[in-house]
Amino acid sequence: MTLFAYMSPTQLFVVLSAIKIVAVFSVVMAAVAYAVLAERKISAFIQDRHGPNRVGPFGVLQPVADGVKSFLKEDFTPAHVRKAYFWLAPMITMIPSLLVLAVIPFGSQIPLGAQLGNVKMVIADLNVGILYTFGIVSLGVYGIVLAGYASNSKYPFLGGIRSSAQLISYEIAMGMSVVPVFLIVGDLNLGRVISFQAGHGWLIVYAPVSFVIFLIAGFAETNRLPFDLPESEQELVAGYNTEYSSMKFALFFMGEYANMIAVSGMMVTLFLGGWTLPLAGLDKPAASIGLGLIHIAIFAGKVAALVGLFIWVRWMWPRFRYDQLMDLGWRRLLPLALANIVLTAVILWLAGAVA
Amino acid sequence: MEPVFFYIFAGLTLLCGGLVIANPFTRNPVTSAMFLFLTILSMSGLFVLLHAFFLAAVQVLVYAGAVMVLFVFVIMLLDLKEEERRRMKLAAVVLGAVATGVIALAMIGAMRHSRVGLGLESNVAEGSTIALGKNLFANFALPFELVSLLLLVAMIGAVLLSKKDLR
Repeated sequence: MTLFAYMSPTQLFVVLSAIKIVAVFSVVMAAVAYAVLAERKISAFIQDRHGPNRVGPFGVLQPVADGVKSFLKEDFTPAHVRKAYFWLAPMITMIPSLLVLAVIPFGSQIPLGAQLGNVKMVIADLNVGILYTFGIVSLGVYGIVLAGYASNSKYPFLGGIRSSAQLISYEIAMGMSVVPVFLIVGDLNLGRVISFQAGHGWLIVYAPVSFVIFLIAGFAETNRLPFDLPESEQELVAGYNTEYSSMKFALFFMGEYANMIAVSGMMVTLFLGGWTLPLAGLDKPAASIGLGLIHIAIFAGKVAALVGLFIWVRWMWPRFRYDQLMDLGWRRLLPLALANIVLTAVILWLAGAVA
Repeated sequence: MEPVFFYIFAGLTLLCGGLVIANPFTRNPVTSAMFLFLTILSMSGLFVLLHAFFLAAVQVLVYAGAVMVLFVFVIMLLDLKEEERRRMKLAAVVLGAVATGVIALAMIGAMRHSRVGLGLESNVAEGSTIALGKNLFANFALPFELVSLLLLVAMIGAVLLSKKDLR
């Protein structure tokens, strides 16, 4: 603590931000590894199998074995690929899902004494937080498109094309679906969205249609079943990642799971009250370190529940056909989202006129 | 610290912008499109330095996330081999130069009337979205609506062109 006393506010900000970034990154990476294990365990349960149970008790060390395997396998680059893009694509898939996490408040605050004050549990408290997340999420499509293009063969290319069409379509529905949330809250800052929910109740009650549209679009944006057309095995071998092996292949999968965690984090923040619980005064910013940690645990619990939902749905639903996917995105969800915006605006206007 | 970031982002914008139109290593249109994507990202960095967070976010969201994805999407479906072999035509070069000159003149004309130099960052950093919205819908309502009309016309045109038997 004495070291912090010699720092200027700017230096302190840099050091604290660096600590937060490292902490969030390592937690999310571990969560990604265990989301894969959870996926395999839950799928095994649904299909009446055992799932991985050889490495460690109940298979809990399976992610370690998977990681070692990914690193040690031969990293084969086919001769016909476009090398630069082939190398870049897996990284570009991974980066946006990690960048989104920067604006999501994963806890209230942790009071660290007089020198440090109350440290907010968010890496970047932007006043346009939600626009930032949509901007970054919309970049995720480049990884898959470039992977398809770089592979320079039929199935990956078709997967890349399908994915770009799908992601653009559902991004619009997703962006439109959150407009009512901000009409109600009156701010784009995610911290304010949460403090509104602490005072007035969760936004899923005020904007249930928004939540449903966002959830469906979230499945489409993360390429999860029932919207996993970019990689539908029966039609495209493995889609955009057919030509990839070793760690580059693993990066695509880590990107998918990190995306799932990021979208779940956004849903928790926007609709499910973020780190708050309407019980025992847990919806006030924390006054002690212990309470601050409890808030982080509440947030993590909500995210884990949503990730569980993502996994559960994957093993329960068949895949959409391509025309059904486009029909749902453009002719059902988009008009519904627009009607939702108009309806919310009219109700808010009438409520304002009455009050 | 901010001047350093300004020079980094401005340099990146110019460098990537240059590589979009004249890349000495490849004539692959996908590479050009990806450099245009980097240009847009570095420009949004410049907006952040001006405390125009809303513009920066929208720049990434609309141009990098939507428009450029469609560009890449279309380019990937074209016959790129033929495109790489194509020679430049004199008429195209002349027309391009004239168009660039006109835009440059318009920009210089606009910049002559504004203050130049550091210390220009907006003083409406907090709630800049609200200020922007009020400006758009109160002071500049007519131009704003005209632009939306232009987009509508373009959209109808695209629909019309894609329907072959609509005569």
